[in-house]
Amino acid sequence: MTEAALTKPGPFVPSRYRVVDRKTETFDITTLWLEPVDPPIDAFKAGQFNMLTAFGVGEIAISISSAPGAPGAIEHTVRDVGAVSHALSQSAVGDIVGVRGPFGTDWGLESLDGVDVVVVVGGVGLAPLRGAMRYLAEHKSPKRAVALRVGARLPDQIVFPDEIARWGEMGIDVAVTVDVADAGWTGNVGVVTQILAELPFDGAGAIALVCGPEIMMRFSARSLVDLGVAPENIRVSLERNMQCGIAMCGHCQLGPYLLCRDGPVVPYAPLAAELITESER
Amino acid sequence: MEEMSDLIAKNSLFAGLPDSTIELAVGCAQNVAFEPGARILVEGEPADTLYLLRRGRVALQVQRPSGKPLVIETIGPNSVLGWSWLVPPYRWQFDGVAIDPVGAVAIDGTCLRAKADADPVFGYALLKRISGVLLSRLQSTRVRLLDLYGHSLDD
Amino acid sequence: MVIDPDGVDSLIASLRAQGYRVVGPVVANGAIVHREIQSVEDLPNGWHDAQRPGSYRTSHGDDHELFGWAVGPESFKQSVFPSRAVLWRARRDGGEVAVEAGVDDAPREAFFGARPCEVAALDVLGGVLAGAARPDPVFTRRRDAAFVVTVECGAPAATCFCTSMGSGPAAGGNFDLALTELAGPDHRFLVRVGSERGGAVLAGIASRPATADDAKARDAVIGRAESAITRTLDAAAAPGLLARNLEHPRWDDVATRCLACGNCTLVCPTCFCAAVEETTDLTGTAEQTRRWDSCFDLAHSYMHGGSVRVSTRSRYRQWMTHKLSTWVDQFGNSGCIGCGRCITWCPVGIDITEELAAIAASDGAVKKDEPAAVRDR
Repeated sequence: MTEAALTKPGPFVPSRYRVVDRKTETFDITTLWLEPVDPPIDAFKAGQFNMLTAFGVGEIAISISSAPGAPGAIEHTVRDVGAVSHALSQSAVGDIVGVRGPFGTDWGLESLDGVDVVVVVGGVGLAPLRGAMRYLAEHKSPKRAVALRVGARLPDQIVFPDEIARWGEMGIDVAVTVDVADAGWTGNVGVVTQILAELPFDGAGAIALVCGPEIMMRFSARSLVDLGVAPENIRVSLERNMQCGIAMCGHCQLGPYLLCRDGPVVPYAPLAAELITESER
Repeated sequence: MEEMSDLIAKNSLFAGLPDSTIELAVGCAQNVAFEPGARILVEGEPADTLYLLRRGRVALQVQRPSGKPLVIETIGPNSVLGWSWLVPPYRWQFDGVAIDPVGAVAIDGTCLRAKADADPVFGYALLKRISGVLLSRLQSTRVRLLDLYGHSLDD
Repeated sequence: MVIDPDGVDSLIASLRAQGYRVVGPVVANGAIVHREIQSVEDLPNGWHDAQRPGSYRTSHGDDHELFGWAVGPESFKQSVFPSRAVLWRARRDGGEVAVEAGVDDAPREAFFGARPCEVAALDVLGGVLAGAARPDPVFTRRRDAAFVVTVECGAPAATCFCTSMGSGPAAGGNFDLALTELAGPDHRFLVRVGSERGGAVLAGIASRPATADDAKARDAVIGRAESAITRTLDAAAAPGLLARNLEHPRWDDVATRCLACGNCTLVCPTCFCAAVEETTDLTGTAEQTRRWDSCFDLAHSYMHGGSVRVSTRSRYRQWMTHKLSTWVDQFGNSGCIGCGRCITWCPVGIDITEELAAIAASDGAVKKDEPAAVRDR
């Protein structure tokens, strides 16, 4: 054991990771592959997030987009919407970033054996679900059918299109829709709830995993309920201002939830349905 | 070979309505098929048909001077294509182009309007159904206008 | 056991001799605040306070009571949860980054004169900062090291409501020694031991066993204090009441008065919101610090796109429902210990007990935007 391994840093201190690869997914979405320089963080579960530090700029919560238990680098997919996400998006191979985590609740993959699963994502929302999708595509379970419904703004803003196509070849029922396209696109054009309209299985008894902008999640959840999915079987991923990631700075509160600890994955019923409908204004 | 009344009753617009109502629609209906690429609806042309899609998808499109036409929405199986036969000036607002091989029940708009005028009970039942579909489409369109995946509303 | 005022001085000296930085009440700038104290001479001898919503006054009398007052604006929160702490520093060195954890080397402190409600507050804070899956090392270090001398209340303020929150006026919770001042011609202090190290410190100063009369006198002090407390808050009913009244018209009412100044969060001994920020300098060093924050701050709920809680209404509602209701969901107990500081130090005198009672009085009322009646022609 080295000195570093014996001295566990406090929960506020980031572990250093190096960017070993990067990919520009769309004009504002980037994936980074990170490998540890300091002792690595604990094993994570699909749906959890890390606090990533761009040294000199700041720290933000980013979902882990690689599959749990997969060997090799940990992946994070970042959307450029602010100073820190911009700095992370601009990271070059070889740069050092800070990682704290893993934090939060997960999608509960162990509860998905033998049940049908419908995954509904919008925008960058597929990133927090990519680890779970990889797991579902690679691990067949008897009596489990998986449907994936993807919404994006434009065809060139679909994240991970090659992987989506591969999942389709691996037996996932895939449908993708965009808000607008030109006639070169032969896929669907319309909101993601329109391609939810037909599931290849009965909604009752199915589990739904939903991730995307909050408005998209609540419209999708309502459509899923109309299709017979039990509200408590719909899992959404919520976010608020996260600063410490360890349930002691008070910023990520949403009603009774501390989202860094009780979320980001929460069941739509009994509470999230109201929480994501009412603006606190 | 399925009966026309069964084909019509399968479509979400007519599903669950009484047999007598469906029979009225049968009198205006015929089976049609289109190859991929076929322009089923043509912008500006007289609108006189309601299509109950059975299989295949149709892209609602709008032409522009240069570049490929823009797709506004994809209408899929079990859905309804074409509303401009319902209200004057009875002209298509957009193109409707088959993406896949399309099979549909084509219902003559003039015929349907005449039967609705003659039988207000039938007319009201039809209109209630049509309103529901239109409302759903409007709400979906409104959600798309929010541009949820874009940056346009953020600071 | 019983000690006299000299014994109090010996207690302070003994703690100092053992390396504790003794922090206790002193009069400064017209208020009773916490400073390092050297001896019993530093304590607020003969001082009293009068508190009302939005008002705090001190006065000096002919008596020699050391603790004839309730609480001042400060609590011992700043001792265990400093207003600013460096979490880590990073230095860029070519293509590499070196990170070192912030060091907390504050000397161990003795909290001299922590009211029972303040001891309860330390336990509530501990539930958040030490009870988490990954505890805060600064709080844990400082709280474990702190020697707590609690002093039971003989003169509660009009704004106190500890009796409703189960946090006073009698001592409870985790303390090392508990004192009760028995004023009068035979000025003395009843001392109760709350821990092994408390007993060890007491053993090192002169004291005599308590008699039945001493115990009765102490009970009388507590009894008088309990009777003197007039404000009440239904702590058991609060969580459900607030959860089902998020659209109550009272929120609009309080919003016309609240300035969103955040004073309540500053003086509250359990408020723990803290901002985590990174600052850099030109030499290539980045520093991550944690500093006190307030949910009344507009930036508190900021996400890309804007803040979630923009109106004063939503921010006051957040503070009060968190303190009395969702804190219970999050941590298993109420966040309020009934010290009344938020009432006293609110510049416009908003009273949390009054606000809760107003909501309870019309439980279920909903603010609706009704159209104004249109008069027919």
